Amino acid sequence: MAFFQTKSAVSKSTHKHVVDPALQPWVEKYRPKTIDDVSAQEHTVAVLRKTLTSTNLPHMLFYGPPGTGKTSTILALSRQLFGPDNFRNRVLELNASDERGISIVREKIKSFARQTPRAQAVASDGKEYPCPPYKIIILDEADSMTQDAQGALRRIMETYARITRFCLVCNYVTRWHSFRVLPLSVTAFNRIIEPLASRCSKFRFTPLDSASSTSRLTYIAHAERIQVDAAVIDALISTSSGDLRRAITYLQSASRLSSSTTPPTPITPADIQEIAGVVPDPVVQDFALVLGIDIGSMIVDEPERTNSFAPIQRKVKALMREGYSASQLITQLHDLIVLHPTLNAREKSKCALVLAEADKALCDGADEELWILEVALRVHKAVST
Amino acid sequence: MSLWVDMYRPRALDDLHYHQGLSARLKSLAASGDFPHMLFYGPSGAGKKTRITCTLRQLFGPGVEKLKIDQRVFLSPSKRKIEVNIVQSNFHIEITPSEAGNYDRVVIQELLKEIAQTQQVDLNAKQRFKVVIINEADSLSRDAQAALRRTMEKYMSNMRIILCANSTSRLIAPIKSRCLLMRVAAPDNTEMQTVLTHVSRRAGFDLPPDAAQEIIQDSGGNLRKAILVLEALKMQSPDLSGPLTIAKPDWETYCQKVANLIVTEQTPARVMEIRTKFYELLSHCIPPTVILKTVAEAVVSQVDETLKAEIMHWAAFYEVRMRIGSKKIYHLEAWVVKVMSLYKQSFYQFDISEFE
Repeated sequence: MAFFQTKSAVSKSTHKHVVDPALQPWVEKYRPKTIDDVSAQEHTVAVLRKTLTSTNLPHMLFYGPPGTGKTSTILALSRQLFGPDNFRNRVLELNASDERGISIVREKIKSFARQTPRAQAVASDGKEYPCPPYKIIILDEADSMTQDAQGALRRIMETYARITRFCLVCNYVTRWHSFRVLPLSVTAFNRIIEPLASRCSKFRFTPLDSASSTSRLTYIAHAERIQVDAAVIDALISTSSGDLRRAITYLQSASRLSSSTTPPTPITPADIQEIAGVVPDPVVQDFALVLGIDIGSMIVDEPERTNSFAPIQRKVKALMREGYSASQLITQLHDLIVLHPTLNAREKSKCALVLAEADKALCDGADEELWILEVALRVHKAVST
Repeated sequence: MSLWVDMYRPRALDDLHYHQGLSARLKSLAASGDFPHMLFYGPSGAGKKTRITCTLRQLFGPGVEKLKIDQRVFLSPSKRKIEVNIVQSNFHIEITPSEAGNYDRVVIQELLKEIAQTQQVDLNAKQRFKVVIINEADSLSRDAQAALRRTMEKYMSNMRIILCANSTSRLIAPIKSRCLLMRVAAPDNTEMQTVLTHVSRRAGFDLPPDAAQEIIQDSGGNLRKAILVLEALKMQSPDLSGPLTIAKPDWETYCQKVANLIVTEQTPARVMEIRTKFYELLSHCIPPTVILKTVAEAVVSQVDETLKAEIMHWAAFYEVRMRIGSKKIYHLEAWVVKVMSLYKQSFYQFDISEFE
């Protein structure tokens, strides 16, 4: 039974069941087909290209922030190694949506790992594939595996190293800041355990520079025949901060929205901001003004020190009614304060302290309204003394 | 007979009274055949759920209103039984995974995969996909959210997910980046006025503007609350004239009482008295955060300007501790004691400066 499930899981990851390409997320549609298509990770790609010619592969650990091409790289690499026909019985892909407790490691992974690789099927598309005599197990989002499950992998990785290679994909080898950790989640702080990490050769994926993001996004826009100007691409890159998947998803959403109206409207940078859930700049500036931060407008009215509480409380309540996300608001307020031309270093540091505390509190699941109010009051105090 | 809130809930996107831009977007998205995963967020009572059901109707036609309620049992890895209620029609399914508490991951994995791997069999269905609505998405555990990630990409052809949350702060970035974000802001006062007038006309009476204003002030942007209050008032005095008294919920008056106790006297004996009141509130399942917020706001409205910021600061401080800790009453009490000492300090300092 386990074997049957293995196969079905794999067949989904290849294009076995046919999906209407128009309905596919562009992230899937434009996944790199070969490792040479992978954007911006020159160093990693150079090393992996060697393995294509020598057909020898170590165990691998891919790590880096989301949307930098980790999963795409390993999928493209294994497709190039095995070709579409052998891909199904040579590659096992498991991710966080599959149950990956210790029992799965013991049964499913172990049984797949111990199989002798099947004979190479003749490639139906007439191309030559290296098809080396081993299988690949891809453990995507490996940092969400339990410690026990990782422990059980240790020996399996060594015993079957001759016929099976592992590729672990995770966000951070130590992970504290990429995820908001919710309270109550039992396995909040697990990560790749040291014995597993030391068995693998590590590949670090860096956030994409804007040049390669731009070229990829324009390529996709061109292929989908949508009009985007430079300002939109800039907005995409600035809102997604090096995460190409996010940028592509935003682009797709924006094009959906623009093409669904009649007549189709061109995409504007404001659309991108709305889709990305960014709080509009005027709203943030208005908030800052209430806090007593001078935002360079002509009217500089000294706010009355004595009764500043009521207006701030009212403003915070209004913001919460608009439904803006607290963490997003704090991020943008942070940008505004840090880049502010006239606040002095001391005031900025005080504000930074408050914002940091608020971010931690929100990660711990604190009440949003209370903490936005807290930030507002303390920032106000910091800038008005 | 159902409540007005349900009876007069708009059922099609065209019937919605406010956020016309949003409705137009939803409508064109539903018509385009290229429907994305979506995340609706906004304060409660703003109309997220109404918009979701309207969108579903737009997608699939009136068939989505034939609902049936199921109870499903899932097995956790440690063979524990988890029961979850499911509301479903032929075209969509609605779950609240936070019912399963810590085991929400299992529910997400099993249920979503099951739905994702079966195709729509009804040939007359308008769309080839089914829709899964996940309520209270912001209380999903991190594991459950991680489980959603690949599922959302892989099974896009058979399934769309609509998440419904109060805030996006607690959702992990990969989920947010896979969804089309839809912010549903609370209606402003004129919009609420329109809706209330509409409801009262449908119910067959005229709403005096004064009464409407009063209800709107009381509800604070929560339209559901406003309509419920309207119905309650109508039951109390059928002509809705004269001075109206909007009955506050018991727990709110109780919180007000606690605030008065804090302000009037600051002694250990008073803390004990407040403690019993807090226990009373907690045993009636009022969330501790709500208690703290309501009491804090009530206290703040009664104290000197200089103290207000401090009191809110400590409220925020102890609220976080309450989340991290496990025994809520400790932190509520700690806050009360803190406020009392602050109050007393400022009081005496004030006095002394007077004498000098």
